[in-house]
Amino acid sequence: MDFTTFLIQLLNALQYGLLLFLVASGLTLIFGIMGIINLAHGSFYMMGAYIAFSLTSLTGNLLTAVVLGIALAAAIGFLLEWALFSKLYKRDHLDQVLLTYGLILMFEEVRSVIVGDDVHGVAIPQLLSASVQLSETLSYPVYRLFISAVCIALAVAMYWLIRHTRLGMMIRAGSSNREMVQSLGIDIDLVYRLVFALGVTLAAFAGMLAAPVSSVYPGMGNQVLIICFVVVVIGGVGSIWGALVAALLIGLADTFGKVIFPEYAGLIVYLLMAAVLLWRPEGIFRRI
Amino acid sequence: MRNGYNRRNFLLSGFGVAAGLVLPSAPLFAQGAKKVRVGLMLPYTGTYAALGNAITNGFKLAVEQGGGKLGGREIEYFTVDDESDAAKAPENANKLIKRDNVDVLVGTVHSGVALAMTRVARETKTLLIVPNAGADEITGPLCAPNIFRTSFSAWQPAYAMGNVMAEKKHKNVVTLSWKYSFGEQSVAGFKEAFEKAGGKIVKEMYLPFPNVEFQPYLTEIAALKPDAVFVFFAGGGAVKFVKDYDAAGLKKTIPLYGSGFLTDGTLEAQGASAEGLLTTLHYADGLDIPKDKEFRAAYASAFKMQPDVYAVQGYDSAQLLAAGVAAVGGDVSKRAELIKAMEAATIDSPRGKFTLSKAHNPVQDIYLRKVEGKENKVVSVAAKALADPARGCRM
Repeated sequence: MDFTTFLIQLLNALQYGLLLFLVASGLTLIFGIMGIINLAHGSFYMMGAYIAFSLTSLTGNLLTAVVLGIALAAAIGFLLEWALFSKLYKRDHLDQVLLTYGLILMFEEVRSVIVGDDVHGVAIPQLLSASVQLSETLSYPVYRLFISAVCIALAVAMYWLIRHTRLGMMIRAGSSNREMVQSLGIDIDLVYRLVFALGVTLAAFAGMLAAPVSSVYPGMGNQVLIICFVVVVIGGVGSIWGALVAALLIGLADTFGKVIFPEYAGLIVYLLMAAVLLWRPEGIFRRI
Repeated sequence: MRNGYNRRNFLLSGFGVAAGLVLPSAPLFAQGAKKVRVGLMLPYTGTYAALGNAITNGFKLAVEQGGGKLGGREIEYFTVDDESDAAKAPENANKLIKRDNVDVLVGTVHSGVALAMTRVARETKTLLIVPNAGADEITGPLCAPNIFRTSFSAWQPAYAMGNVMAEKKHKNVVTLSWKYSFGEQSVAGFKEAFEKAGGKIVKEMYLPFPNVEFQPYLTEIAALKPDAVFVFFAGGGAVKFVKDYDAAGLKKTIPLYGSGFLTDGTLEAQGASAEGLLTTLHYADGLDIPKDKEFRAAYASAFKMQPDVYAVQGYDSAQLLAAGVAAVGGDVSKRAELIKAMEAATIDSPRGKFTLSKAHNPVQDIYLRKVEGKENKVVSVAAKALADPARGCRM
């Protein structure tokens, strides 16, 4: 591998890692702060991608589709929390797993009924459809770089939200002691509802961003789900910062693993997880 | 409603009496020849639902064209949704064989499910017609007198592509595929023909199924700078790969080739990225075959959509069965003669006439196709009457 190729692979790793972070951040929020094991997280990702596809074909513009889609996803998240998840905080994890597994099946069916089972592509917006020539033969789509930039911006925004705002303070407090926060006169139910809606929106937004490069197809959420759990476990449950570091680590391991040890490409990410868990059973970063 | 005899009841009983008066001759005749029981075990939900439906439509079209009969016998269908779930396959197949007592089992799309069905069919000696799944084993190590296939083996289109790429003077080629049996068999078939013709595989790359993060591989291909690339992908993965390959700017400098699945049923989503790609398969758009034109017109008028390769395979499954049933005068209990007739049949398929190899896989022309405006237009015949080598088949 010459140096240019190495740098390009590094860029690939970074870009894959950042997108993973975007999906997994929602999962770690819901999992870490609310204690809910949400298997349907991948379905929210799929929902986002399909929303992007449907709305883009309706409005003819990905940007409009994303703006509308974010509002829609937030509303769906809010509703789901109100109707289903709010009943589950006091129940054990098995009930949550059953509910969210049921949701996966429902989302797949609803998708099948509404959009069908075909594979669809989403056009990259004109403005971002160019490519940058990186080496003699390889060029890099600007849209991929754009995704990375958006992910970085969101990571910073989330860090600021949780560390430096009043809402973030309530979220952090709520995750460590729900009753105490309530007795201080804070509507913790509303805080939870917002966090859940935020988590769903992040996953759906990741789906919308990824739709033009990944295309939309049945079962796309399930592929993302497992790797997201790996990110959350490596990074430390509930830690946004940890999710970022873990996602980047996985991006590196996956990308270079595929090139250097192609025979074991499927294994490397899980080896990494095992190693991290042996070294730090709670994940790299502990809490928020 | 309580009067006991309203208008609807009256009409119904009227029909009943009328039917009783008019029809007695029919059941008398039918008792002599019971319907042939056909078990369709295909995916009707999930990713492959569209394929399962196309196969069913094709099969039923052939039956309708025979006046609702196959080889002179009426047909009764028993349907099971296999969900493309290999774990449920033995149970589903047994349901049709033991509970419904089917005379012939038709299925399926997914190779894993089809392999399980093949094993059940071997044990129970049930007549099986595979209308799609391409796993080499079905007409290889697992071949049996009662097992037929009307589609293709993974080896066939890939082998044909090996020759095409060698003829195009490509010397150094990189291959890329998902790491599972169908992908590996495709690459093996390609490699066999390409190396025999003097080509060299620079690097064989695999990624775990169903991973679609292709960027590292594209970077690697750009660094290796081969003359061409051969891939196997299908469905969503095929769409993403073709688009990524184009977006990485590789399409202009390093031509991409693949088995036909790379551009089948995916062109809508691939858009301009797929334009001009060359693939090989046993069916194509724009074939100059009268049977194909007639089939396409009949299919379009019956189902209000265009047929695809899967519909053709379903259609031919019914034709193959019809050839067998007709030869034994409708008496499906004459198994040996039925099988013999099916083996010897020449199927007048929309893809062009084909016969069956010793291992019961089609000996067929493989077409080279080029993507032109959302169609896989035929360019030439890449391999004439290509037979699968049926390695491991002892029959």
